[in-house]
Amino acid sequence: MNTAGPHTFTSQPKLRTVALSKSYGSVVALADANLDVREGEFVTLLGPSGSGKTTLLMNIAGLVLPSSGEVWIGGKLSTFLPAHLRDIGMVFQNYALFPHLTVFENIAFPLRMRRAPEATIAKEVMRCLELVRLPELAQRLPRELSGGQQQRIALARCLVYSPSIVLMDEPLGALDKKLRDQMQLEIKAIQRRLGITVLYVTHDQDEAMTMSDRVCLMNKAHIEQIDAPEALYFRPKSLFAADFLGDSNIFTAQLRGGRLEGPGGIVVRAIAGTPDGRISTVIRPESMRLLAPGEAAEGEAQGVVDSAVFVGGFARIFVRLVDDTVLQAKRPTQMGAALPIAGTAARLGWPAAATILLPLEPPA
Amino acid sequence: MSARAQPGVWRHYLGVAPVVAFLALLFLYPLGDMLWQSVLDQNDNLTSEHYRAVGANPVWFRVMAITFEISAWTTGFCVVTAYPIAYLLATSSEGTRNRMLIWVMLPFWTSFLVRTFSWIVLLAQRGPVNRLVQALGLADAPLALIYNFTGTMIGMVHALMPLAVLTMLSVMTNIDPRLRSAATTLGARGGEAFWRIYFPLSLPGVAAAALMVFITALGFFITPALLGGRQQTMISQVIIIQVSELLNWGFAGALSVVLLGAALVIYLLYDRLLGLSTLAGGERSATGGTHGMIGRIGGVIGDALLAALGRICDLVQQGWEAISPPRGDRPRRRVARGVLWVCVLLLIGFLVLPALIVVPVSFTAGQFVNFPPEGFSLRWYETYLGTPAWIEATFRSFIVAALTGALAMALGVPAAFMLTRARVPGRAALLALILSPLIIPRIVVAVAIYIFYARIGLVGTTAGLVLGHAVLAVPYVIVTTMAVLKTYDERLDQAAASLGATRWRTLVHVTFPLIRSGLIAAFLFAFVTSFDELTISLFVSGGLVSTLPRQMWNDMLLQVNPTLAAASTVMLVLITTMILAAEALRRRGAAR
Repeated sequence: MNTAGPHTFTSQPKLRTVALSKSYGSVVALADANLDVREGEFVTLLGPSGSGKTTLLMNIAGLVLPSSGEVWIGGKLSTFLPAHLRDIGMVFQNYALFPHLTVFENIAFPLRMRRAPEATIAKEVMRCLELVRLPELAQRLPRELSGGQQQRIALARCLVYSPSIVLMDEPLGALDKKLRDQMQLEIKAIQRRLGITVLYVTHDQDEAMTMSDRVCLMNKAHIEQIDAPEALYFRPKSLFAADFLGDSNIFTAQLRGGRLEGPGGIVVRAIAGTPDGRISTVIRPESMRLLAPGEAAEGEAQGVVDSAVFVGGFARIFVRLVDDTVLQAKRPTQMGAALPIAGTAARLGWPAAATILLPLEPPA
Repeated sequence: MSARAQPGVWRHYLGVAPVVAFLALLFLYPLGDMLWQSVLDQNDNLTSEHYRAVGANPVWFRVMAITFEISAWTTGFCVVTAYPIAYLLATSSEGTRNRMLIWVMLPFWTSFLVRTFSWIVLLAQRGPVNRLVQALGLADAPLALIYNFTGTMIGMVHALMPLAVLTMLSVMTNIDPRLRSAATTLGARGGEAFWRIYFPLSLPGVAAAALMVFITALGFFITPALLGGRQQTMISQVIIIQVSELLNWGFAGALSVVLLGAALVIYLLYDRLLGLSTLAGGERSATGGTHGMIGRIGGVIGDALLAALGRICDLVQQGWEAISPPRGDRPRRRVARGVLWVCVLLLIGFLVLPALIVVPVSFTAGQFVNFPPEGFSLRWYETYLGTPAWIEATFRSFIVAALTGALAMALGVPAAFMLTRARVPGRAALLALILSPLIIPRIVVAVAIYIFYARIGLVGTTAGLVLGHAVLAVPYVIVTTMAVLKTYDERLDQAAASLGATRWRTLVHVTFPLIRSGLIAAFLFAFVTSFDELTISLFVSGGLVSTLPRQMWNDMLLQVNPTLAAASTVMLVLITTMILAAEALRRRGAAR
């Protein structure tokens, strides 16, 4: 859901990293990261653990210093600037609320550090507490709050001094699923309303898709692809991107004169604009459907139903081809509609446009 | 387990029963008896004469005041010196921390008497420290470093600093490092982040360290006796004279009770202000500590003070930033961290120095103890090996330590299992009882045990020594074993049981092999506690049965000679070998 927000993007990026790298001895934690974040944009660093997303964030925050490359914040070279001079806000994974200070004092902390007058502090803290809808908790200590409340206080503490960019390191990781979904929408709403620039880290792809204007997908210490969620999902530029996001059928195929031939008799007709040769192919399960007898499609495969699994709102149907390749199709479920029975013959079909072609890589 | 829970509740106490019985007999009863003796006259009639004698003579009041004064100064110095060490260790990587800890712990593992002996050598009028000072032109005449307040302070701070570091470290390593990071991203400079965030969170550790150091210092006698002068006579020295020279047990008992009372008052005050649970590294409770008018006023003053300190540091750093503005294009030098490292390395040098000086001194060819030694010879080792008293004392110490270790393990390990695993009523009280021999001044325990032994004829026996040492060693065994068991995944036992192992076979084949290194460490603690013990040995060993520390002590009081250095080296080598062997065993266990 790539809904364009009411932001005005200026040409000058709010944040820019240039060839940013970090190594610990011989271990490369981050390699050659180039990232731009525009004013008012919500960008998410997404990737499996150890992919370098937190390292990138820490380098931007100034909590870790890079081995090479540059960090620009608000047009100012900040690569080695101490964290307190970067004008950033950060929400930590476990919130990092100061346990010995009340909620009020926690939120007041950045204002006190900036020597704001007492009257301003009181006004601003209460404004932010109301923004996160917890004004009654001002005098509590952090450990007296629930996880969700702590999360919101951490957010308020970060918003109270209007930093030029807000960094969030898996801020919802410790919450249960229901609360997490709710907080995602809440954070997104606040971000829209205030027009703040956010760089967000998560390993949860649903979270990234829900919240982001753009997603920066990371893998093995480097940036794999930066794109809007839809583009990333439907036009992945690598097998990793295709495999990491959602489910996918991946196989190697031969393209000859617009006709693609895959293992187990997979055929896709009418493919244009790609030169002949061996090619990696990705097809999303939701693009595949079971064909009625006699029905034809641009992409087709024939086999036997291996199993059909009911997963609530949708069902997964696994079809085994003659060479034991298994393809997966996904379809919405309906009350009373029976699932195909294992062992029966089945044909899968899909449109040629849903066939994602990538330069040949050995399947991951 | 749950099926038989109701009738089986008493079985949980089975593990802890032996140690409770042991402590009741050898710790609680003697303490009570000592109290009772202190209110009896020679004809066993009730009297307050001993306490009146304590009150009547201003000398005792003065000794008490000196004891408190020295303990307070020791506490102050220890806290101030231990804080930077603990802070640096807590904020370093785990590898660096463990490597540095070895050096901090080295004096802890080195015999107390050995260290005191080293200080006598180092601080002597013509000793290496004075010669260095003069060579550097810092003073014309030799400084009076020993047999006065300075000497006492150096010895006591040296002895107790590791304890303070460890106590603080247990709190500091629990402070989330992200809180500092959060403070800096929110705009705090390093100094302000420290004073407003880190320091308040580390205060429970500081308070606990201060308490432990103060209480331990109250019972000291070796350091003031050997490094102090007449003006530094502490209460324990008086008690020892009353017991062993004047045979005035009632009066010694009264003095011990006064000392014990003082310690208890301090615990009470601490509990009122901070809550004793912080001692175990627990978090300060939300209400505890800040309730009451005094607490609240203290809190307000404290906050203002910390804000002011933070502000001052901030101004200094701002000034520094004005002189050398931070640049985005190159990293800043971490000046403050460098200064901290230098300070800590100097402090660690202070901690390690005495342990390292004994060895060369023992190989001197000269008549006297001197550093650097004159020439090289083994003559003092020959003297050591040729003197039956030394050899017997060494053997005795070894046997006593081994038996103490075995006894403490037999009593402590089952208790540790019960205290870790069973959630039974009275657990906190049991723990308090078991730990109490550690946290009341040792001299009090020693006097009580001595009076008890004198009645039942255990004075001057190996058994008496072993039992007495075990009172002190059992708490170490229990604490160490509990620490290991806390990290042990009990589901492994359940898995073994579900696979058909009996409880005994589970213990032998699963639990013990997995916690072996912890058990070895526990035994070692007990062994070293006994091997280095002087207070109880001083009273209990009598004329015939001497231990190595006792023999060293007697010799030191008479004359400082190089044989002592040889004996110290032997003791050092023995303990180091034990520790290295245990470490090797542990490594092999871990590698498997």
